[in-house]
Amino acid sequence: MRLGVRSRAFVALCERDLWVTVRHEPVGFLAQALLQPLFLLFVFGRVLPEIGQARGAYGTQLMPGVLALTVVLTALQNTALPLVIEFSFTKEIEDRLLAPLPTWAVALQKMVIASFRGVISGLLILPMAELILPGGIDLGGASVVAFAAILVLGALAGAAMGMVLGTAVPPNRISVAFAIVLTPLIYTGATFYPWPSLANLEWFQIITLGNPLTYVSEGMRASLTDVHHLASGWIGVGIVVALSIFTMLGVRGFVRRAVD
Amino acid sequence: MTQTGNGDGPVEMIRVEGLRKRYAPDGPDAVGGVDFAVAQGEIFGLLGPNGAGKTTTIGTMTTRVRPTAGRVLVDGIDVARDPVAVKQRIAVVPQMSNLDRTLTALENLTFHAAYFGAPRRERRKRALELLDRFGLGGRESDKVNKYSGGMAQRLMIARALMHQPKLLVLDEPTTGLDPQSRLFLWERIVELRELGTTLLLTTHDMLEADRLCDRIAIMDHGQLIANDTPRGLRRLLPAERGLELLLESPTDPLDRFERRPEVERASSNDAGSGRWQVRLYGADEQLPDAAIAVTREPGGPVLAELRRIEGTLEDVFVHLTGRDLR
Repeated sequence: MRLGVRSRAFVALCERDLWVTVRHEPVGFLAQALLQPLFLLFVFGRVLPEIGQARGAYGTQLMPGVLALTVVLTALQNTALPLVIEFSFTKEIEDRLLAPLPTWAVALQKMVIASFRGVISGLLILPMAELILPGGIDLGGASVVAFAAILVLGALAGAAMGMVLGTAVPPNRISVAFAIVLTPLIYTGATFYPWPSLANLEWFQIITLGNPLTYVSEGMRASLTDVHHLASGWIGVGIVVALSIFTMLGVRGFVRRAVD
Repeated sequence: MTQTGNGDGPVEMIRVEGLRKRYAPDGPDAVGGVDFAVAQGEIFGLLGPNGAGKTTTIGTMTTRVRPTAGRVLVDGIDVARDPVAVKQRIAVVPQMSNLDRTLTALENLTFHAAYFGAPRRERRKRALELLDRFGLGGRESDKVNKYSGGMAQRLMIARALMHQPKLLVLDEPTTGLDPQSRLFLWERIVELRELGTTLLLTTHDMLEADRLCDRIAIMDHGQLIANDTPRGLRRLLPAERGLELLLESPTDPLDRFERRPEVERASSNDAGSGRWQVRLYGADEQLPDAAIAVTREPGGPVLAELRRIEGTLEDVFVHLTGRDLR
């Protein structure tokens, strides 16, 4: 197969990033991606049920949410943080911007790699949950195709949100921006409970629909468990709409930062 | 000279036409209508005080700045129309390190070449060669954050050469380097020109510009205010053209010179031990004749040294751009 100049550059940029992930910073990547879900699963899925503060089956509802949270956050952080650093401090982005491919493709490449990292961390949640949760996990009724689709699209949506954050916020405010954006994102994303269970708290249930993570969490529940979840059609619409809007805004923000 | 393809005569590597750049719609022009061309194989210096518009002008060639008006051609290609084709032909060495700090020195070079589609084996071979040429042999496995400023600078140039660019842009290449590194870089730069690479460099070091550049353009307030050879630029200094003579004479020979019609103005100093330093100003080409004629006069002074009085490039720069701080 003979690739064009642009595709070869795109592939080479991905190679560089994978090389760095595997060769130079595997421990850092895994720690960043997996420490949070490890503790979430352990405390909420294992400790609380064992001390009688939660029902034993809570882990079943929690695991897909933690998986979604991990995928989205890993992809988001792996786009936003490097972008901020590379654009303002290390200037490493410059060598990529001079590679023979269009500027928007450099942005998409960043998203692809961050999503890849998100997918890997998401997949690692499954064995982790199997070990930590009291009864392990039961994937008997899981739909592999739906799971794979939600996994990939959810990671891309997270990366797109990271692209918006990383290019829209000035570097000296990024830590504040992270706090302001991440905390609500984590706690309104139907991570810790299935969305339909919020029926008695309707105002909050409606608010959570504004969070892209809600659709990814519900998508994971729908594909992995038989827990009652948001209608599948809405899950698809939510993820695709979030992905489209944030990709458009993120790539536009990137090009604006890259070319004056 | 608008040729860009094969043929005789100088081929243009850069052509800038009516370039104008305004960052904010209601803001001032960072570059306000600039035209110039750089021939292939030339070392072209772009000089100017801070904020003169150099970085913006260079940005339009390296695809990082979109012109508000006018156009920029690199190797005959309109940068705004086909930035990817331009990126394949150029390389940029910035003032501050933008090396990939998670990678080793060798990986910095090989991945850069990979972006440009070089086959794997060739990448490594060329990288090792370049590391050697830039005095970094044996340090290829070091992470670049262990590199000193001079080493980082050399590595960035080596990286830039990995894809064999036709145009190499160097932004203040020797700022902050020790004299050894500076000389080393100057040699490499001249070597590159000999290999046919076109070099565009910015610098505040007038000695560097004078020594390296075939041609120099000076920018100020977004305008190009001069564009000539270093020698041509020195001629722009109005009052400083003349000859300085060192003469052996028992008495002050000044009046002998003042009598010559070619000499408009002259001055003399007693240099001690029977020597006199005389400065002559006037029509440039005829001054040497006048000087020789005086030494041939009976009892005339004996000529020990003769030198043309030329301002330095720095004098020219200050003459053109003024003394105000930016």
